[in-house]
Amino acid sequence: MHEMIKAKAIELLESGCVNRVLGWKAGEFFYDLTPAVFTTREEIERDFVYSVFSAANLSKYLIAESRKEGKVAAFLKPCDSYSFQQLLKEHRIWRDNVYVVGIACDGMCDMDVIRDKGVKGVTAVHQDGENLKLETLYGTATMPKSDALPERCVHCKSHKVVVFDEMLGENGEENPDSGRFDEVERIEAMTPDERFAFWRKELSRCIRCNACRNVCPACSCEKCVFDNDKSGVAQKAAASDFEENNFHIIRAFHVASRCTDCGECSRVCPQKIPLHLLNRKFIRDINELYGTYQAGADMDTKPPLMDFTKGDAEPSVVYGRGGKQ
Amino acid sequence: MQVNETFTPTIVAFCCNWCSYAGADLSGTNRLSYPANVKIIRIPCSCRLNPMFILRAFQRGADGVILCGCHPGDCHYTTGNYYARRRMTLLFSMLDYLGIEKERTRVEWVSAAEGAKFAATMNDFAATVTKLGKNKRLEDLRCTK
Repeated sequence: MHEMIKAKAIELLESGCVNRVLGWKAGEFFYDLTPAVFTTREEIERDFVYSVFSAANLSKYLIAESRKEGKVAAFLKPCDSYSFQQLLKEHRIWRDNVYVVGIACDGMCDMDVIRDKGVKGVTAVHQDGENLKLETLYGTATMPKSDALPERCVHCKSHKVVVFDEMLGENGEENPDSGRFDEVERIEAMTPDERFAFWRKELSRCIRCNACRNVCPACSCEKCVFDNDKSGVAQKAAASDFEENNFHIIRAFHVASRCTDCGECSRVCPQKIPLHLLNRKFIRDINELYGTYQAGADMDTKPPLMDFTKGDAEPSVVYGRGGKQ
Repeated sequence: MQVNETFTPTIVAFCCNWCSYAGADLSGTNRLSYPANVKIIRIPCSCRLNPMFILRAFQRGADGVILCGCHPGDCHYTTGNYYARRRMTLLFSMLDYLGIEKERTRVEWVSAAEGAKFAATMNDFAATVTKLGKNKRLEDLRCTK
């Protein structure tokens, strides 16, 4: 796949179809792949990397890239294509300036998951069919790829690239029975005090680096409500361990009904807070109360929060639910 | 010295200009009483209520927040309260998910003719919040101190 994508990037660039290519290159570490723009064949041959760690969602970068001179080619995995289509729907990306190459994806690995499985000192990872071959400082090891996947890929909602100009590999299918709400249901079933304890433990680790906001393809406002130095909380250390709740509730609320559940927020979180569980709660509530909706799956439906019906549930519906008492 | 320990909650009521604010006015002219610790904030329409307002109120020491608007179908701007209804439903559900007492938030539809309902709602809500006690979970000491 790596060679195929690299060859495609060079082909698109040399044929004059595009004048730059959006892809991934190695960051600080080999497993820390960073989005990058390539403009020459030499750059692509030297730096372009597509591996099991090319998890970064490239669609948000297209907001800025598509506004520049000439056409840009972008490689989009299924998750990224949902975000891309959602941004198209919101008129944030200039479609004419983007050449989308869809790539089939069977999950992106996470180095932390590999480490948690007890494999230390990994220096290189190669995919070999269903397995991963790991080169470590202490010799080689093999593990099934499914063991190295983060939660978002284990419960993958769709293997289908929803919008593309060209497809590399076989396009997959949606997966409605992914079980992605299992964890949300588990939390919902707790008592309010247990839920509070759970979230306090998670959110107390937040250092307000804003990485979740910056990476989110749905968070694309030019000016953000959190960049407010008069909020009274700016530049102040949290005085208790739940004080960043405002940020997290509003962050999730602002993308509710537009969040495609790509899981980037949790991937980039340096403190490993499961932020996608907040977004998924909104998605689950929306599905339950206003009908199943998948953001980015099509171009015509209205996001549920920009729509209403006269028979909607009253907010008091919340009092009737919510786990054990 | 003996200190009076009775807890009086701070309640913020966001009232839509066209119905509930007039409803509050009517309950006043009818000499119906509702707790003095209910602070009314007038908003042009219930859908003006940004979810951030609710959280900010809690952050700065409110113990309960209630939104009052026109009855669905009666919005001055035709559809505002329908949008507000969806937003508030999702927000309250999220607060519940985080383990915040859901009784601290409420939405009530009060028309300009329902002065009695306004007073009754506020009395009931104040009683509920008094029972729950001080809001500790959403308070933010950085804002209040």
